Amino acid sequence: MKAPARAHPLWIAYIVHRLSGVALAAFLPLHFWVLAMAVSEPGRLDGFLAMTEATAVKFAEFGLVFLLAVHMFGGLRLLALEWLPWRPAQKSLAAGAAALSFLIAGAFFLQAV
Amino acid sequence: MPTGVLNVTIDRDGGAERFEVPAYDNQTVLDVVSWVQQHADPTLSYRFACRVGMCGSCAMMVNDVPRWTCRTHVSKVTDGADIHIGPLRNLPVIKDLAVDMDPFFDKWIAAEGVHHGALTRDDPIARVDAVSVGRVEANAGIECINCSVCYAACDTVTGNADYLGPAALQRAWTLLNDAKDEARQDILDAVSGSGGCHNCHSMGSCTAYCPNDLDPMSAIAGLKRETAKNFFRRGR
Amino acid sequence: MLGLKLYMAQRITALLMGPFVLGHIAVMIYAIQGGLSAAEILGRTQGSILWFLFYGLFVVAVSIHGAIGLRVIAHEWGKVTGSALDVLMWGMGLAFFALGARAVWAVTFAGVGG
Repeated sequence: MKAPARAHPLWIAYIVHRLSGVALAAFLPLHFWVLAMAVSEPGRLDGFLAMTEATAVKFAEFGLVFLLAVHMFGGLRLLALEWLPWRPAQKSLAAGAAALSFLIAGAFFLQAV
Repeated sequence: MPTGVLNVTIDRDGGAERFEVPAYDNQTVLDVVSWVQQHADPTLSYRFACRVGMCGSCAMMVNDVPRWTCRTHVSKVTDGADIHIGPLRNLPVIKDLAVDMDPFFDKWIAAEGVHHGALTRDDPIARVDAVSVGRVEANAGIECINCSVCYAACDTVTGNADYLGPAALQRAWTLLNDAKDEARQDILDAVSGSGGCHNCHSMGSCTAYCPNDLDPMSAIAGLKRETAKNFFRRGR
Repeated sequence: MLGLKLYMAQRITALLMGPFVLGHIAVMIYAIQGGLSAAEILGRTQGSILWFLFYGLFVVAVSIHGAIGLRVIAHEWGKVTGSALDVLMWGMGLAFFALGARAVWAVTFAGVGG
């Protein structure tokens, strides 16, 4: 039997939170590894940083900031659901988390281009 | 008088089987399954009892959604004539559409979903304040009929075999708020174990599909809140 | 698979990271103006005890938070169970911490006084 229909807002909020978390966990080691070159191999770090001028990389950065923001606001929504008795507005909070994340990632993108 | 023909696919032990069932204006999914058993294949196994949404025994997957079939109109699950019926998800199949409910009820007990009273028949009847905060919380969850629709809807149950599931945890929450229940700490401990309420991801499928419009997700959130408070207070 | 203690560890580190993430995003939006370079990053962070504490605590919190999250996903989607699950969680957590601590050290005190 296939899994039941999942097209309801909180299931989508759950999967966005999980996938953004996995993506951030995958990105983090790379991020740390590159930053650690600051003193030992500054030239190589500058090489990586120069890549960030490319438009394609800027879009990827927009994606990363969006992932970070959406994971944070989605997580704050979960904490509010679990630890504060704020229940009925969950769907609006989930939508708000996504909208705010988009706004923040957008602000980053506008600075970057 | 039949108004047409339904193309019914039923997942059985030997694989999916197709049946053509006469369609009527007023017809539930359980009517469809019963028609197949009575007119097409008497060996089809399924389970039902009350037919009025009280006993919780007729739940099945209908077009990939867990439903109480006796109160689900055919017109609610399909615009056309195709219906796909299967055994409830997340439980072992006994035969055809009948699943083994043992894991579901075992977890109900494991979550301390039993009454823990302190009074005997010789004591006067305890008075319960019907509008107290705890009673209102408990009332919100007590109409559960143990149909296991929420348990079948939950992806966390699918991925995590030890997870107690929405129905058992909601019952633990109603008992925690019940002025007549005396085992508060036992309940908090039972829902704090490795299969407890903290495994829930609040995806809300339980609340979305509960046929009685109950809200197990919020009940589980209540358990998380109480266990967290207890953690800060007692350090465990 | 996830008892109360791991749940609390994950939620408390999540709360802790709220301000860190907002701060980090603000720094990023500020820092990328006019392009990034190794010298520019070091100019901001080198020798700073505040940045060391900010990013040091951030790394500790993210290591715990990420390791517990990956434990849950490994069990639900990867069917990893028992002690393998604990080994995976600790391994991931320690790896995040080691890599993160190395990066924080590099941009704060690695080149100082040496």
